[in-house]
Amino acid sequence: MLSLRGLRKNFGGLAVTDDVTLDVSPGEIHAIIGPNGAGKTTLINEISGVLPLDAGQILFDGRDVTRLPLHRRARLGLARSFQITSIIPDFSALENTALAVQAGDGSSFRFFRPTASEARLNTAAMAALDSVGLAHRAATPAGAMSHGEKRQLELAIALATQPRLLLLDEPLAGAGPEETERLIGILRSFRGRYTIMLVEHDMQAVFALADRISVLVYGRLIATGGPELIRQNPEVRAAYLGEDDIPLSGAPC
Amino acid sequence: MQRWKQEVPAVLLLAGLGLAPFIGFGEGYVLTLLARAMILAMAAVSLSFIVGGAGLVSLGHAAMLGFGAYAVVILDDLQIVEAMVVLPVAMLAAAGFALVTGAIAIRTSGVHFIMITLAFGQMAYFTATSLSGYGGDDGYTLYARSEVNGARILSDRLGFHFICLGALTLTWLFCRMLLASRFGRVLRAVRGNPMRARALGFSPYPYRLVAYVIAGAIGGAAGFLFANATEFVAPAYISWQRSGELLFMVILGGISGLHGALLGALGFVLLEEWLSHQWEHWRIAFGVLLILAVLFLPNGLAGIPNQVARMFRRG
Repeated sequence: MLSLRGLRKNFGGLAVTDDVTLDVSPGEIHAIIGPNGAGKTTLINEISGVLPLDAGQILFDGRDVTRLPLHRRARLGLARSFQITSIIPDFSALENTALAVQAGDGSSFRFFRPTASEARLNTAAMAALDSVGLAHRAATPAGAMSHGEKRQLELAIALATQPRLLLLDEPLAGAGPEETERLIGILRSFRGRYTIMLVEHDMQAVFALADRISVLVYGRLIATGGPELIRQNPEVRAAYLGEDDIPLSGAPC
Repeated sequence: MQRWKQEVPAVLLLAGLGLAPFIGFGEGYVLTLLARAMILAMAAVSLSFIVGGAGLVSLGHAAMLGFGAYAVVILDDLQIVEAMVVLPVAMLAAAGFALVTGAIAIRTSGVHFIMITLAFGQMAYFTATSLSGYGGDDGYTLYARSEVNGARILSDRLGFHFICLGALTLTWLFCRMLLASRFGRVLRAVRGNPMRARALGFSPYPYRLVAYVIAGAIGGAAGFLFANATEFVAPAYISWQRSGELLFMVILGGISGLHGALLGALGFVLLEEWLSHQWEHWRIAFGVLLILAVLFLPNGLAGIPNQVARMFRRG
């Protein structure tokens, strides 16, 4: 589905992505974990097309997308959410989501019909809102929503593009315990329906959701495998040593 | 319901302009003033479409008027006065200028966009001053107003009033329709959060460019009417001060909706006219009033009803 081949990126003298080679297979939830500053968000930015690479190749569905800009990759079905919520604050939740549906529904150079009343867009948008439990908030301006709701909306927007691959950058960032609970439930409902690449700090969530986990340390991949394998990997344990909580030990599956 | 309510001020305003000649504002002098206000309002609405709708704050919109007005001048010199010819030429000239300059300007954003549109506007202005065949700095007096199918409707005071009103109404309806369409939704999204729009697969550039060209064409139509209203065109009409005035009208009226530009333009022109008869040094008072308006009306004239309602609710 997604193949990363020898990705490299330097910021100044610092290698933030160092020879990353990785495959995401169709239907799996593939989590990227690693200590702070490991280059996880950078990797998401490279895959989605926000940041150019110094070297390496990104294949999406067998097609080389390394040089395509962000919006072209989005057209191919690479949807992403942002670590810092990225919604359109003046738009209602429905319009935010309907815009995402519109992105996948032919040309947007249509000038005459009022799009707010296009049933085709709104029905699909409502379905996406419903699958993240936001249907009842459809008319609320996105800027006026709670943090947790914005995170949910962010997921709905990504779903509404009918993505082939979802890149989720810390979908739980900044969420309270209750919100986290709800978001994990939503992500679990995606399992098997979407191919997902997930960057997340919350280890409990990662071990509960991921089919496979890759561990990134200082831009290098040090391990890839199933949750059990990763939990027992000595290198991974070493990488996390020195952080206050060693998340690998306490995580129930 | 909410959407419908938002349109009330604009509809009332347009209806009021339609009635004006019959309720004591039918004198030649007043009609001339109203025509000027409506033509500038038309330009302001098209500017508001790109400022409020697409986030493109242009300080060169007067150049669009200029291209429209000078199209009338040049064709007049060739003794072509048929509006069916002159108007499309005026709109195409302005749209062409918008296309060429927009293609460059829209690659920038924020302050850079403001400065580059200003620069292009001034280029148009200095080009106009150097058109010695058309009066250069001194301007050019038209032989006659344009004709429509050979009929001299534009020369009739009342006829011209309603043509201006019709053009303004059409402009408002057209821009409103655009903003509500798929195209407009993408524009508004790009303005609200460009990164989000791009991550969804929308490249902002072509949408913004098309919007800029449309606004340019409407500006050209306003320039066509402007030339006909005064029967005289001079470079001073299209200097950067005019662009500034247009932008000011948009901000004074409020950028949250197109009706703001209507209110802003009419308010600006009428206030300017009234003040200039009150006091020799009226510009001082005008400036102070405008500053007060910006300070105390964050949502412009269009936001006053809500502001008053909020004040009452607070007690």
